[in-house]
Amino acid sequence: MKRLLVVLGAVCLVVLLLGAMHDLAPASVELHAAVATNLTASGVEHPVTAVLLNFRGYDTLLEIAVLLLALIVILAIGMDATISAEATVDVRPLVNPVLQTLAKLVVPLMILVAVYLLWAGSFRPGGAFQAGAVLAAAAVLLHLAELLPSWQSPGVKLRLGLAGGFLIFLAVGAVSLMQGALLEYPLEQAGALILLIESGLTVSLGLILAGLFLLLSRDDGETS
Amino acid sequence: MTGGLLFASVGVILFAMGVAGVLLLGHLLRRILAFNIMGSGTFLVLVALAQRNGIADPVPQAMVLTGIVVAVAATALALALARRLYVLTGKLELSQDDEE
Amino acid sequence: MMVWLILLPLLWASLAFMLGPSRGVWLSIVGLAAQLWLAFALAAEIVGSGAAMHAVGGWGAPLGIDLVADGLSAAMLLLTQCIALPLAVYAHAYFKRDDPATTYFWPLVGFLLAGLNALFLSTDLFNIYVTLELLGLAAVGLVAAGGGAQQIAAALRYLFATLVGSGAYLLGVALIYGTYGTVSTVTLVSLIGADAPDLVWIAGGLMVLGLMLKTALFPFHFWLPPAHGGAPAPVSALLSAVVVKASFYLVLRLWIGPFSSLTVVASLVVWFPALLGTLAVFWGSYQAIRAERLKMLIAYSTVAQLGYLFLIFPLLASAGALQAGIMQAFAHGLAKAAMFAAAGTLIKATGQEMVAGLAGVAERLPVTLFAFGLAGITLMGLPPSAGFLAKWQLIELALSQQHWVIAFVVLVGGLLAAVYVFRVLRQAFLLAPAGSVVTPVPRTLEWTAFGLAAASVLLGLRGVELMQLVGVT
Repeated sequence: MKRLLVVLGAVCLVVLLLGAMHDLAPASVELHAAVATNLTASGVEHPVTAVLLNFRGYDTLLEIAVLLLALIVILAIGMDATISAEATVDVRPLVNPVLQTLAKLVVPLMILVAVYLLWAGSFRPGGAFQAGAVLAAAAVLLHLAELLPSWQSPGVKLRLGLAGGFLIFLAVGAVSLMQGALLEYPLEQAGALILLIESGLTVSLGLILAGLFLLLSRDDGETS
Repeated sequence: MTGGLLFASVGVILFAMGVAGVLLLGHLLRRILAFNIMGSGTFLVLVALAQRNGIADPVPQAMVLTGIVVAVAATALALALARRLYVLTGKLELSQDDEE
Repeated sequence: MMVWLILLPLLWASLAFMLGPSRGVWLSIVGLAAQLWLAFALAAEIVGSGAAMHAVGGWGAPLGIDLVADGLSAAMLLLTQCIALPLAVYAHAYFKRDDPATTYFWPLVGFLLAGLNALFLSTDLFNIYVTLELLGLAAVGLVAAGGGAQQIAAALRYLFATLVGSGAYLLGVALIYGTYGTVSTVTLVSLIGADAPDLVWIAGGLMVLGLMLKTALFPFHFWLPPAHGGAPAPVSALLSAVVVKASFYLVLRLWIGPFSSLTVVASLVVWFPALLGTLAVFWGSYQAIRAERLKMLIAYSTVAQLGYLFLIFPLLASAGALQAGIMQAFAHGLAKAAMFAAAGTLIKATGQEMVAGLAGVAERLPVTLFAFGLAGITLMGLPPSAGFLAKWQLIELALSQQHWVIAFVVLVGGLLAAVYVFRVLRQAFLLAPAGSVVTPVPRTLEWTAFGLAAASVLLGLRGVELMQLVGVT
């Protein structure tokens, strides 16, 4: 009964939407024109980066908060007190030496790619998120190759790294608010401020995304 | 039908499939995957419908980037909860009897 | 000033995270006190000089994002901070030092409040989506933190409900952007006319339905009782008192904002939320009357009380309906926070989760029980409480427009509330069974609950100021 209702509802939704989408008048507001006009004042040359970090930078600020929050929730859910770190050691098969060698070779390259993506973001597709994702992938690769242990509970340095990018962003927001509007960059410093925010975010995003994986794999041994 | 509308239609179908999946599937991993399909469908609609006349619009593209990061956060959270439930109960399903 | 209400909780939340597990209590309480002051100052400013606007990044909508504080949002901000501060003090006394629920409690609360405050101020549909997710994930985290299997299962159920809700909302936003090329509600008000294409109707339907799921309006309430009934008491109080109201606030905003020309055309549509609200009042009250666990009783009472909020939709055309709705949100918010806080104290002291286990608490914990009773007075809608004022106004409006059904629902709902409140009180006044022990509880627990309950009653005497604030546009 429930199955039938849900499937019926989903089909109805699709039919209605496809019908309604078919003959749609052109949109009355054309934001891509507004973005193009204001691009020179944004401090970056790539329109998507300009929207992400300048025109709608506030969205991005809150979105980093969401990501950091997810990590904190995973920490807060916690593990069973009975599972000690020692109990999880030595249950895995022997490490593949080929994988380890490959990981050692590839990871420096990945870091290089991340730096390139960060730098490229201002004038072509790229930016902090892409760079952070590559960094996180490097960490995951290292973990899978047994070169990087999973996290138990992050120490103070790690917490600083995790929240640092967000705090830099927040600080820029607070300073700009005191001088005018939230995240309003002075014209000549816009490019530098965006680069500062993006550099901080790259490190923190890489750590957070890696953390989401490394924290989830922390109690690996006892369930498998 | 322009390319944009075609992509948007696919997005609508993906969304409907995803919602049905989240509501109907029992296994938590499948439900989490269904949620991601639902999200992908929405992102497709967001980008494609705005570009149905063939002009690229950076605003929805940036919104989708934001949306993806939010979806990643939600997925990680769901996986962590599912994993925790598995550690505690040995099951990867929510029981039906305590629904009402 | 309004922007600091968003930045401040983000700041203390991330600083509390940096300080480490179980730290940051005082930082948070100082932050919350500052927020309360800001919310009062903002309300005063708005009453004096009208709605305030802040263009983030200096761009202005539709290219940028605008934050607007008008009477409605200022009132919701005020309610949120008024409830959050006493509950934070309560939570500090409630949790034991090594409670696993407290490891990252304060950062989660901070992000939750940032999400709430940002949501109340935003006028950008997509930005609102991000705030909804911030709020939803923080709430799920608070339910799950340090909990056992049942709590985790409740959190998962809550998570799926909230994700489907915001997913439907986001699809609506995508359709709106596709149709008009903007997501600024201010710009959309003038763009969406009575002749809007079908796609906009579907978008509106998706957004409203998604938000109703997040508000736990009947029949989408299935996730609420296990989540609110299973979480630690301070968390239940926060979620029931303010978090569910955020999505109600959004429905209301959309209804009287961008979609106002649609709701005028389709006069039958206004009865849809009212119908669900009516069913919620009856079903929630019925389940509360039957509930065996004290916190489940209170959680089902939330389902019922949320129903009243949706009764205002057919009346929105006339002045005063908005005020009645917000007054009900205040009354329920303060009373429910007090009730969950009192229940937490009772459960902590007696070690009993069942209503039946409350025998004898009238003698041992009079302050807490008095707080529970005062909150009950507000829920029933007895004078002089804020609940009375809200219901009085609702009935008056309904009768003046010959919608006697609404007046009837409000009256019967009050009676049903009396039944479940007296069920608890009656049990509490019974003699304690021999051998029952009541562990002493910190005074703070008793008096914060009492303060919230007293506020919910006394607000009725200061209702004029609140109504004046809500009216500012």
